[in-house]
Amino acid sequence: MTVRYTKDHEYVRAETEGGDVYIVGISKHAAEQLGDVVFVELPDAGKTFKKGDDMAVVESVKAASDVYAPISGEIVEANNAIVDEPAKVNEDAEGAAWFVKMKPSDPAELDAMMDEAAYAAFIAE
Amino acid sequence: MTMNAQGRPTRSDDVATSEAPTFTGNKALQIEEDLIFEVGDFNGTGVDLPEPEGAPSRLGGMERTSVIGLPGLSEPETMRHYVRLSQKNYAIDMGPFPLGSCTMKHNPRLNEKVARMPGFADLHPLTPEAQCQGALEVIDALGHWLKELTGMPAVAMSPKAGAHGELCGMMAIKAALEACGDAATRTRVLAPESAHGTNPATAVQCGFTVDEIPADKTGRVDLAALKEMLGPDVAGIMVTNPNTCGLFERDIRAIADAVHEAGGYFYCDGANFNAIAGKVKPGDLGVDAMHINLHKTFSTPHGGGGPGSGPTVLSAALAPFAPVPYVTEENGSFSLVETRRAAKEEGEGARSFGRMTAFHGQMGMFTRALSYMMSHGADGIAQAAEDAVLNANYVQARLKSEMTTAFDGYCMHEALFDDRFLKDTGVETIDFAKAMIDEGYHPMTMYFPLVVHGAMLIEPTESESKRELDQFCDALLSLAKRAKSGDAGAFKAAPVHAPRRRLDETAAARKPVLRWTPPVAEAAE
Repeated sequence: MTVRYTKDHEYVRAETEGGDVYIVGISKHAAEQLGDVVFVELPDAGKTFKKGDDMAVVESVKAASDVYAPISGEIVEANNAIVDEPAKVNEDAEGAAWFVKMKPSDPAELDAMMDEAAYAAFIAE
Repeated sequence: MTMNAQGRPTRSDDVATSEAPTFTGNKALQIEEDLIFEVGDFNGTGVDLPEPEGAPSRLGGMERTSVIGLPGLSEPETMRHYVRLSQKNYAIDMGPFPLGSCTMKHNPRLNEKVARMPGFADLHPLTPEAQCQGALEVIDALGHWLKELTGMPAVAMSPKAGAHGELCGMMAIKAALEACGDAATRTRVLAPESAHGTNPATAVQCGFTVDEIPADKTGRVDLAALKEMLGPDVAGIMVTNPNTCGLFERDIRAIADAVHEAGGYFYCDGANFNAIAGKVKPGDLGVDAMHINLHKTFSTPHGGGGPGSGPTVLSAALAPFAPVPYVTEENGSFSLVETRRAAKEEGEGARSFGRMTAFHGQMGMFTRALSYMMSHGADGIAQAAEDAVLNANYVQARLKSEMTTAFDGYCMHEALFDDRFLKDTGVETIDFAKAMIDEGYHPMTMYFPLVVHGAMLIEPTESESKRELDQFCDALLSLAKRAKSGDAGAFKAAPVHAPRRRLDETAAARKPVLRWTPPVAEAAE
């Protein structure tokens, strides 16, 4: 399944192929750079964001960072498991430790994002 | 073995070289001190008064019957506890404290002598004006020095720390915007990526949103990018000069002009004023508001040693909005303007935004700072700034052979290094800092400013002698060489000579223990 990335290290992937719900989180690279994550704050289901809005907060031993909405849309579900156990973000950032599920209002925004190869090249810079 | 007549060995030839654990856990004068609750029991007391006789309780059955749970130590136990704790502390009186952006300079003892004069030290803040003319004169005189040094027409003396001064300046800007009806539209504040964290925090506290001004490749504000960001929605900018990379913002005048042209205000973070005091007047640079950290630039104690104090100078545009209270002088007699109404009556067009503190500011810091200023004189303050810059450049020049500077060229009062010299050594900035603890130094500022990878920001201040700086540089150079020689293991293990080894920051953040709980059996008694 195609995963798309932003320059701010968020990823987006469809929950099911062809479905209209997308899973959003921070990349494995971002989790590594952050170091041990100690706190995560997620938005409630039902909230809507525009692309680039502050959506969540992730705090590690090193720094506190805002997580931006990679696409515009409505939050369908927040992954409260990572709020209870922030360490999961370090263990499986692009898997079980997703942040939110979103219903995008403008799926075309996804086309402008990087694919896996482009993101790998971007972070290698 | 050589013996004297009593059989007492006088030579150390048989002394074992390895360290054996001690029974007490103490290491000679390094005492394993318990918490104060664990030193004394709850029934003990430092004062020994007899129980009053024949005085029945008048609390009507409401008197406490359970243990109150306060530590009960005798006076010698209390003294020992705190003296032992104080000996675990690193302090500017023990050695160099090279924290960048903190200006940890020597606190002259003359300041302390002046601050302890009973006429100042024992003064109650509600003393009638007629009986505290001297103290009011100190506030006025200090304000005069600050206005002279900054070239600004007004100063608010009451803010009690740097960030409080920032709040004062931003509240004055907000009040000025409200006065001209722009507050609803001018909602954005711009600050560089390298800003102190307090800058955006203050702006948000005042209801603004914050956008980052990008840096150019020399580590300074990107003027062209800033100009593009300016517009009718910008309330102002918050810029530190010299900035947190230890660099003077050369375009500062152009920055100020551009901001003013766009209708915004220029807040200058004065945390690094030590580098330019007596040399540059921020008023000449177009600054509208700037806090001055008396606890940095003017040598009052700082960092656990004393409270901060952040008087804030204001431009003519912001002066009418200055907070109360403030001191005024007429024919050699001083009085306090305590309320917004009084300010309105006293000053033409004055529209004070109100009061930030209960009283007049950090009086103990005012006396210390004025003592520093008067003993140094204007030329001495300029000399201190020059020496601070010279010392930082000396450190930068000496360390350059083994460490990598973040930016080229001379620095101001602090030298900024990045972690490129540690590349592929397996040693990171934090390991380097921990190894410095073993060498007997407080580490420099690490991982700040955020614009530099693995930043190490060294501010030696003017207090250090060449001998001290050389020893410090030699220690850092030897550490850098050791890191490059492949001895990463030693760095990862550091500190080994400190009372505690490296702490588990992750566990501390994930599972913080915020409260001491007594052992169950004792508490139940």
